[in-house]
Amino acid sequence: MIEVLKSGFYSTIQDLGRLDFENYGVPVSGVMDQFSATLANSLLGNHENDAVLEITMSGPSLKFNCDTSICLTGADLTPMLNNKHIKHNRVIRINSGDILSFGRLNFGFRSYLAVSGGFQSDLVMNSRSMYSEITKQVCIKKNEILSINPNKTNTISNSVLKTKASHFSSEVIEVFKGPEFELLNLEQQELLLSETFTISKNNSRMAYQLEETLDNSLEPIITSLVLPGTVQLTPSGKLIVLMRDCQTTGGYPRVLQLKESSINVLSQKFTDAKVKFKLL
Amino acid sequence: MTRYNLKFRAYGERSILIEWPQEINNNILKSILNFKEVLKKHYIKEKVYIKYAYNSILVSYNHTIDNIYDNKTQLETLYSKCIELKNDSYYLWKIPVCYDAEFGLDLEEISVQNMLSKQQIIELHSSKKYTVYFCGFLPGFLYLGGLDKKLYYPRKSNPILQVKKGAVAIGGHQTGIYPNASPGGWNSIGNTPLNFFDVNKSEPCFAKAGDRIKFYPVTKQEYDKIIVEVKNNNFSIESEVLYD
Repeated sequence: MIEVLKSGFYSTIQDLGRLDFENYGVPVSGVMDQFSATLANSLLGNHENDAVLEITMSGPSLKFNCDTSICLTGADLTPMLNNKHIKHNRVIRINSGDILSFGRLNFGFRSYLAVSGGFQSDLVMNSRSMYSEITKQVCIKKNEILSINPNKTNTISNSVLKTKASHFSSEVIEVFKGPEFELLNLEQQELLLSETFTISKNNSRMAYQLEETLDNSLEPIITSLVLPGTVQLTPSGKLIVLMRDCQTTGGYPRVLQLKESSINVLSQKFTDAKVKFKLL
Repeated sequence: MTRYNLKFRAYGERSILIEWPQEINNNILKSILNFKEVLKKHYIKEKVYIKYAYNSILVSYNHTIDNIYDNKTQLETLYSKCIELKNDSYYLWKIPVCYDAEFGLDLEEISVQNMLSKQQIIELHSSKKYTVYFCGFLPGFLYLGGLDKKLYYPRKSNPILQVKKGAVAIGGHQTGIYPNASPGGWNSIGNTPLNFFDVNKSEPCFAKAGDRIKFYPVTKQEYDKIIVEVKNNNFSIESEVLYD
């Protein structure tokens, strides 16, 4: 069991999402940065779909009431175990009574906490990913008890895996053409692929809206299918990059589709960060 | 069954988008539902996700597509050879709606702008049988086709923050039901006491694509009575099997 002493800004339990219910209009959800979350699970010897805690911007304070092992990946929020700094990307032994807390955000935006065996929250429609109207809760709350299975068997090594800094620093977002890309005129296409865009304050697990607009003369389309990573162009020329909690369908032209690894890269960015689309 | 000239194109690294002509009609719906079943049968041993909307099917594989032309050719062949499968039964669902002013927040505006009395709006709205095309936007939100032209009314230019659960609304050429409270841009004309989405059921929504929906007006008293019955699980929705 883990006791939530402080909740932090916005922490949610996520696995790889709900893929079988999209025809009921249920969003996929799941971890925003699949690379970092999967890495944390792999290092612990978990299944890749085991539920992790996705910690956004500022971390919670968590007290472990059982022995286990954990692994932290993704954004660096200055993690501390009993007030001593601990490292990312390695397995850490936890003794009952230990307190995990976080400090300053150093880089990235979303950090992942995996525990041995995964978080054991309610399984709804084959997934533990929190989403409004599907799961009872949308994020973790102060004084809540998070259920985990005690584990003492993990062998601990001191090795730390190094990940590429570009996962957090790169401004390049790799894309494919979206279904309506060819409907844009050449000038619009060129602008879309050459301009540097700024992430607006409207960024969430659902979508990232960009500041700069693109002159748009395209008509809305008949409501069609979208995916996480689809870039929509609204009638007012705003670009919206759909993320993991996005709706299953949409009526705005779909001009680009992010490469899957670029969805992970984008989810480590937030307000005012710059991005450039690079066509594959 | 009508044969369409379909477009197949890559959508990201794991999906292929299959597109029918860009219009909304029953024959396209039948063709899409039939091909969806053909695909499900074909991919029974492989983990493939199949989504659909008015004019398209999206096939998403569990892995990156190595050679897009192979997959496209495979799908094209499947379509050209596919036969009409015996489909499941389709149903006509009768949905109670209270059109009182308390729920029909935008009835007055539509009445003035479209030059119809509120009673005429209610009669037009509740006399048609609407086809369920697919589910999207929100869990359990059904896209319905068949709204009377006289009731077309543009979406609000600024969505309101909280459309009520159960709101029956008009957005452009479409009508629909908000399965849960949500921000939304459609115009509310009434409210249904029924649940359109239940996470605890294996079929979370009773209606499916290909089914029809017919609304019938109820008074506020009847509405309140049904709310209680739905809560206690003893309201059965009136339905008929469709033969066509």
